[in-house]
Amino acid sequence: MFGSAIIVFREVLEAALIIGIIAAATRGLPGRNLWISVGVGVGLLGSLIVAGLTDTIADMSEGSGQELFNAVILGTAVLMLGWHNIWMSSHGKEMAANAKSIGHAVNSGEKEMYAVAILIGMAVLREGSETALFMYGLAAGGGTDQVSLLSGGFLGLVGGALIGWLLYTGLAHIPIRHFFAVTETLILLLAAGMAGQMARALIQGDFITPIVSPIWDTSSILPMDSAVGNILHLLAGYDARPSGMQALFYVITFLVILIGMRWTKTHPHQAI
Amino acid sequence: MKNILFALLLAPSMALAADNEYELIIKDHQFTPTEIKVPVGKKIKLIVINQDSTPEEFESHSLNREKVIAGNSKATIYVGPLKSGKYKFFGEFHEKTAKGVIIAE
Repeated sequence: MFGSAIIVFREVLEAALIIGIIAAATRGLPGRNLWISVGVGVGLLGSLIVAGLTDTIADMSEGSGQELFNAVILGTAVLMLGWHNIWMSSHGKEMAANAKSIGHAVNSGEKEMYAVAILIGMAVLREGSETALFMYGLAAGGGTDQVSLLSGGFLGLVGGALIGWLLYTGLAHIPIRHFFAVTETLILLLAAGMAGQMARALIQGDFITPIVSPIWDTSSILPMDSAVGNILHLLAGYDARPSGMQALFYVITFLVILIGMRWTKTHPHQAI
Repeated sequence: MKNILFALLLAPSMALAADNEYELIIKDHQFTPTEIKVPVGKKIKLIVINQDSTPEEFESHSLNREKVIAGNSKATIYVGPLKSGKYKFFGEFHEKTAKGVIIAE
């Protein structure tokens, strides 16, 4: 029971952290709860479908279909995160400061909410399909302790969701003048980290070259399976042994989004 | 000169085997073989065949790889080029029994 709880917890945690950060960052936007729920719902439905199609996906492009699929999901999430941050740089403050004078922002706010729904759908889909496959395997395995394994899975789900909620509440308590700086930074790091993971998936499937592998090795100082290493991996894309290409994807994504944010801050009304 | 000719003759067969292929079988939540020896500095194509009915996730921190393999199916994972050393891997869904190591030398 404990084993299945930990596995499900790990999978749920990543999606829960992303949802927690995005939910905090979009506080006060119109219809936010609805769009987040749509994202979660579609993501869960997609997870069941993807889990059922695992064989088919895996067999595509000579056994590397899963990598391609993950890369597409991660790439979409990176685009949505980047767009969110760049959009928020010009509208976030005015929306929070003055809910009345934001007719213009509310209009483009609807587009923003589509992006949020897609982003959350992708996060749920990626982690959820693995969880669904794992739980499906347990159910099909027909072991004697099936009930305890399934209840372990439920426990993991609750645990992961709880940490996401704690992160959300923690972020929500940050004073408004620091709030956007904190959520923007978190989302920037999240996007860069996902871009790095996307590169890793493409290398694993032999679609791109690693350039150098690894470019550094900090596994003895901060291993990936330590609590701190794992949290940094989930939140900021930390990798103890990244390849050169992974680092390149990380840095380029980081810079492009940062420059985009600066640009919309200095040109607030040529909005996207 | 002779060496060069020999190398040229060998080149086509080398190209065929350019992806150093290795098979890894999962059965009863265990890997066979548990130890794979591979050459240093070469890209390795690992074909993981899951003969169990349950899914498994091949994971290795030192190789920087993770991949889910559905029950009764196989998957390809590219690894390396590696420096000489030992690279542990495990099955995340059955961490106690599914263990192995890739040795690059």
